[in-house]
Amino acid sequence: MVSPLHAKLARDLWRIKGQALAIMLVIGIGVALQVMMTGFVASLSQTRDAYYERHQFAQIFAPVARAPEYVVNQLREIPGVGAVQSRISGMALIDIPTRDIPVSAQILSLPTHGMRHLNEIRLTAGRKPEAGKSAEIVLLDSFATAHNIVPGDQIKVTLNGARRTFDVVGTAQSPEFIYYAAPGEMIPDDARFGVIWIGRPALAAALDLEGAFNEALLTLLRGAVEEAVLEEVDRVLAPYGAPGAYGLDDHPSDRFLSEEIAGLEISATNVPPVFMLVAAFLLYIVTSRTIQSEREEIGLMKAFGYTDREVSGHYVQLVVIIALAGALFGCLLGVVLGRITVPVYTTYYKLPFLLFRLELSSFTSGILTSVFVATLGGAFALRRVFKLMPAEAMRPAAPPDFSKAGNVGSNMMRLLDQPSRMVVRRLFRQPWRMLGAVAGIGAGMALSLSMLIIYEGFDTVLDRTFNVIDRSDAAVSFTHSAPIKTLLELERLPGVTQAEPVRNVAVVLRNGRRSHAGAVTGLSPDAELYRALDTNVAPIRLPDKGIVLSKPLANLLQVGIGDPVLVDIREGSQLAVTTRVAGIAESLIGSPAYMDLAALNRLMTEPQRVSGAYIAIKDGAEAQVYAALKDMPIVAGVSLRREAVQAFEEVMNQGAGFSRFVMGFMAFAITFGIIYNVARVAQDERARDLASLRVMGFFRGETAFVLLGELGVVTLVALPLGVFLGSGLTNLIAAGFSTDLYQIPVVYAPKAYGIAVAVVVGAAMASGWLVWRDLGRSDITLALKTRE
Amino acid sequence: MADLGERTLDKAFVMRGLTKTYGEGRTAVHALRGVDLEIGRGEIDVLLGPSGSGKSTFLNILGGLDTATSGEAWFGDQCLTEMNDRQLTLYRRNHVGFVFQFYNLMPSLTARENVELVTEIAESPMEADEALHLVGLGKRLDHFPAQLSGGEQQRVAIARAVAKQPDVLFCDEPTGALDSTTGRAVLRVLQDVNERLGTTVLIITHAAATAAMADRVIHFADGAIREVVINEKRLAAEEIEW
Ligand SMILES: Nc1ncnc2c1ncn2[C@@H]1O[C@H](COP(=O)(O)OP(=O)(O)OP(=O)(O)O)[C@@H](O)[C@H]1O
Ligand SMILES: [Mg+2]
Repeated sequence: MVSPLHAKLARDLWRIKGQALAIMLVIGIGVALQVMMTGFVASLSQTRDAYYERHQFAQIFAPVARAPEYVVNQLREIPGVGAVQSRISGMALIDIPTRDIPVSAQILSLPTHGMRHLNEIRLTAGRKPEAGKSAEIVLLDSFATAHNIVPGDQIKVTLNGARRTFDVVGTAQSPEFIYYAAPGEMIPDDARFGVIWIGRPALAAALDLEGAFNEALLTLLRGAVEEAVLEEVDRVLAPYGAPGAYGLDDHPSDRFLSEEIAGLEISATNVPPVFMLVAAFLLYIVTSRTIQSEREEIGLMKAFGYTDREVSGHYVQLVVIIALAGALFGCLLGVVLGRITVPVYTTYYKLPFLLFRLELSSFTSGILTSVFVATLGGAFALRRVFKLMPAEAMRPAAPPDFSKAGNVGSNMMRLLDQPSRMVVRRLFRQPWRMLGAVAGIGAGMALSLSMLIIYEGFDTVLDRTFNVIDRSDAAVSFTHSAPIKTLLELERLPGVTQAEPVRNVAVVLRNGRRSHAGAVTGLSPDAELYRALDTNVAPIRLPDKGIVLSKPLANLLQVGIGDPVLVDIREGSQLAVTTRVAGIAESLIGSPAYMDLAALNRLMTEPQRVSGAYIAIKDGAEAQVYAALKDMPIVAGVSLRREAVQAFEEVMNQGAGFSRFVMGFMAFAITFGIIYNVARVAQDERARDLASLRVMGFFRGETAFVLLGELGVVTLVALPLGVFLGSGLTNLIAAGFSTDLYQIPVVYAPKAYGIAVAVVVGAAMASGWLVWRDLGRSDITLALKTRE
Repeated sequence: MADLGERTLDKAFVMRGLTKTYGEGRTAVHALRGVDLEIGRGEIDVLLGPSGSGKSTFLNILGGLDTATSGEAWFGDQCLTEMNDRQLTLYRRNHVGFVFQFYNLMPSLTARENVELVTEIAESPMEADEALHLVGLGKRLDHFPAQLSGGEQQRVAIARAVAKQPDVLFCDEPTGALDSTTGRAVLRVLQDVNERLGTTVLIITHAAATAAMADRVIHFADGAIREVVINEKRLAAEEIEW
């Protein structure tokens, strides 16, 4: 037999089904996010680790200008070093028949012997080059796919100034290129990132590196201190023109992937609790309302001899059922969403496989936290059960006392009609309840607002980067630093309207123990096509002394204007020079450092040299210019602004677009959950008053005003609070997720505010409509029969 | 139906074959099983009958709070049983006052404001203060319900009901929650309203003695009218033996 209390439980649940569903949704989303994000963390990190291990991904990378092969043995002797392998790495230009300009690609040597080696490639099609066949190459899988190149095809490659035809015998992935983006860009573009693997003798011959190497790959023994090994490697390689060895932390591909995983971990621990708190708040509202309207039943049960524990237990069950149902729904949703979204990662990260890994612990922790949090929310309301004396509970409740609220603004009151007075008095009479509702709605809005602002920020990144900082049509990079007069050649090309010099120099910037391996960009002080911007987004005129650091870089090095910075030059002169910070620049992608070109050249003791140029092209003359650039041997690569913008936008519209949608839905769900509950509780509390109004001859619309007026006021008050909290939250999120790789800008985005307001107002109207619909269905006489 | 309409003009209400069934099939409850009745203008009628006999159901249908399952109910020349929600609302607004056992005041409004709630929307209301004076609460105008006794609250409810100068006043156990003295005072007010404003008053009560103040006593049993007793002489409320 079903106990009467269980029957009551079922009926209570049915009565508040709308609210219960809304709360389950909020809990469900929280748990789903946790399940999904911890699943992503597990999927990505386990796949990465397995991939690295199986393909013997190196842990230290040591580029040199040219070192004789026997130096490898010296490296092997460094304590803590496991395997060492040398290779040759260079740049090549790949001719793509369908494109006007060649694509610059990295070209890497493959060891000839069939032994396992470091950074082993993973063939996706075809085979490796055969020994002695110097025309055979393997191409990076994503690049080949982007250009429809398959094994058996031939491609034309310019290598060290000489154009040759190669046979593509295979395509491959590599742990080295899980994530890649052209320098200064954030978004990978498969079509513009090429890697060629070729037999070592062939590459050595082409680059004049027979019996020598220009990059060493090392692994560390367990327990080795990376810092110490790096220092030793630098010492050994110093005589051979080494810009400095670096570890995985500075490896672009691993860096991005690791940042992503770390970011996900932060989100997985921080985002779900927000949903849980909202759920706790909602359960508090619902439980306190239920208890308030059932004080007689509670008194009765107590009078019959039920203990406080048993009575509370009854209500806790209600809360726990909602929490459990929500959590189970969340687990399911998390798995489904995880399965659906995990492939999105494989478009950014070129992993051999990526399965959505379920973390069972996220299930248990999701369920446990929901139940805990729900019980907490319920328990707050349940304190009242304990306080209630049976006799008191069974006495008819006195009408709530509004006499104190009555004095509030009595002059103002005179201007209002009775229904408006009812609204106003209630707001003042139960300020805490109202403030709670305002805070809840405000928090929901803050959540949507910050998500919206941050997504708007991506548009700002795009706009700042491509319309304010870089206004050129193309960036041309040279194979090696060239005299500045090369620029004249570029300017003279038909169709080129402007050419401005740039010199990028690999450096390590140091301030005491803090250091950053990167580059200094030398620009002419009056540059127009590519400019450094100050923090007010105004162009900076580069001073003829000192260095201008981007904000993230200044933060990283902990220096301000006027502070000294050691510039450790890693090419050419190899000097280490101290200079002063002359300015701080705004930057959203990467963490650049700028200098006046002449000043940089003075530092390098190589006057009048450039490493590339930014050019502006007359409309319609693009093809002509590319054709001309193709024939200039000094040109190593041309990157088109148009293509970079396109790649960025594509990503924003695909993966990010989907998560934008999901986030938007979640923000709406949470806001709606709060507002709907507030409206329902108000309706429930006012059922009798509303019925009385109907009895007296008020129309449904007039009656609804009393209820919806209150909801309206609460919503309106919540809007500014939401804006305020949202701005604060955005700053927190932006600060938390910005790295020296990319910064999340906090912008004033009217659209984001507009949408957030619309979401709140929309949710309020939807809740209002649901309540209104119910008002039409409800039976006037029923509400009057019972005494509250 | 037209001739029925004409015959009703001198009556406050005319009902023919009024039934009300709650639910369907085996669980159906026949609250009213065919009620035929005419109520004259300006009468005070008292409805008596055992619990569950259909008194409240009957009153609610006449008051436009509920709809009948079948049959007709006429208010003057208006057919209540054919009205939609909007028309019923207008009917309540313009012609009807209600008093319930549990007062049903708005706790967030003062006594005066509770009355003004009605006078604001009525066609030709009296002043709120006047209505409250009528029920003897001229000095408690600005008190909130929480600051009034049960009897006082009920008198505010009556003031609220009569302030619009309704044609009919429906009272469902108006004295049910009150002691005898207070109850008599409340009944006195109802009588005053009837005499001064000519309002038709229908009172449901379980206190059989109340019947003495009525023009007619309508006995309900099992969803139907068992008998209608006409009083030769109405007693004043004070004279009622409780
Ligand atoms: N909403 C409802 N649903 C189902 N049955 C109902 C409903 N309202 C009333 N009834 C039934 O209709 C019948 C008549 O009810 P009504 O309220 O009219 O009785 P009453 O004469 O006013 O009784 P009392 O003197 O106890 O108030 C009862 O049997 C009751 O159970
Ligand atoms: Mg009744």
